[in-house]
Amino acid sequence: MSHVRLLVGTRKGAFVLTSDGKRRRWAVSGPLFAGWEIYHIKGSNVEPNRIYASQSSGWFGQKIQRSSNGGKTWEAVGDKFAYEGKPGTHQWYDGTQHPWEFKRIWHLEPSLTDPDTVYAGAEDAALFRSTDGGLTWGELAGLRNAKGPLWQPGAGGMGLHTILLDPSRPERIFVAISAAGVFRTDDSGSTWQPVNRGLKSPYQLPDPDAEVGHCVHRIAMHPSRPDVLFMQKHWDVLRSDSAGESWHEVSGNLPSDFGFPIDVNANEPDTIYVIPIKSDSEHFPPDAKLRVYRSRTGGNEWEPLTKGLPQSHCYVNVLRDAMAVDSLDPCGLYFGTTGGQVYASADAGDAWNPIVRDFPAVLSVEAQTLP
Amino acid sequence: MIRVELPVHLRRLAQVEGEVRLEVERPATVRSVLDALERRYPVLCGTMRDHVTLRRRPFVRFFACEQDLSHQPPESALPDPVVTGAEPFLIVGAIAGG
Repeated sequence: MSHVRLLVGTRKGAFVLTSDGKRRRWAVSGPLFAGWEIYHIKGSNVEPNRIYASQSSGWFGQKIQRSSNGGKTWEAVGDKFAYEGKPGTHQWYDGTQHPWEFKRIWHLEPSLTDPDTVYAGAEDAALFRSTDGGLTWGELAGLRNAKGPLWQPGAGGMGLHTILLDPSRPERIFVAISAAGVFRTDDSGSTWQPVNRGLKSPYQLPDPDAEVGHCVHRIAMHPSRPDVLFMQKHWDVLRSDSAGESWHEVSGNLPSDFGFPIDVNANEPDTIYVIPIKSDSEHFPPDAKLRVYRSRTGGNEWEPLTKGLPQSHCYVNVLRDAMAVDSLDPCGLYFGTTGGQVYASADAGDAWNPIVRDFPAVLSVEAQTLP
Repeated sequence: MIRVELPVHLRRLAQVEGEVRLEVERPATVRSVLDALERRYPVLCGTMRDHVTLRRRPFVRFFACEQDLSHQPPESALPDPVVTGAEPFLIVGAIAGG
């Protein structure tokens, strides 16, 4: 019988949550790397027991940890993230230019085909790749040629937070950066182009046709249909049917089109999920009700999913990397909150249960479906 | 023999308990102690000072003999009680963050 392993990164360490395929009872282990921020922890699709974790601290910097036995033991691997050449400058909050400075790794994306190849998204925004299991890292510096001096940090920093690998075209990668936008390479990372046509950011970018500078919070793809992308932007939920060549808004009847995560049901490519947040100045759910919204039509028509979720006095946030799906049928959904709860649904979002209620603030959740 | 006390996060990272004892070439300086520490525990590279510039990380501080050595040039000689092992060299995570 299949089982599910959740990899949860928090402000104060990582946790591993496991269940059988029913997904009702969970075993909790951790914290791993207690006291360190674990921005992201993710396993390889081809070798699920190979897991990579981004471990960082405002005091002691960036470490990368690797496990080859499903998280039982770990080894620190390489953490020299050096920008290629002279990194130059990007736009700062006040409109001046500011030097590129490495701060941390926000996201780790293992290759779809090779357990020793893994991508890392950095703040200040850059994409790094390792082909030796994380021992050494090299920057795919062509990305910063895509109008890098015009990129600017969002309120949380200028992080490269999303890396989507196209399963049908190995040379195609999408990345998303706050606040720069979405970028695509079709040559394995040598050259990149901004793919942000259709994004509107009127309070941020006076130019309605601005190619970069958009505060994209998250993008998602279903592996069976990699040209269709979904986006949760700072404001607006959008969709592209052309691998990012153009985007159109699908916020529809959402109570707020601000939010962070967006994800796709593993079995239904047009069923997508967001968690609306009231606004950028009030990072909690509208009406203090924690609601996941599901669209079965790829956007525009949304239904609230509330069963088992707090419907009063709820003031948590859900961060961009803190929602995940498993690949069972029905699809399991999981998300973690800044209040330390991790919620699970074993029926595609119809009903929810908390697995834990009192973790440190959750930064990331990843789901692995294991035999 | 120079005695070094690490903050708890770095002790866990290096998988050590208690003080670290290092043989350091003379003259012993902050830099030579950090060099010796990183040679023995490569996992600590980048945690106390930048990989490339070797500048002290902003929230890491060095103390010994009730003195803050954090702002002294890394080539400065350490106090004699540290060199003789009578006093430890303290690597401290700064109290920061509220």
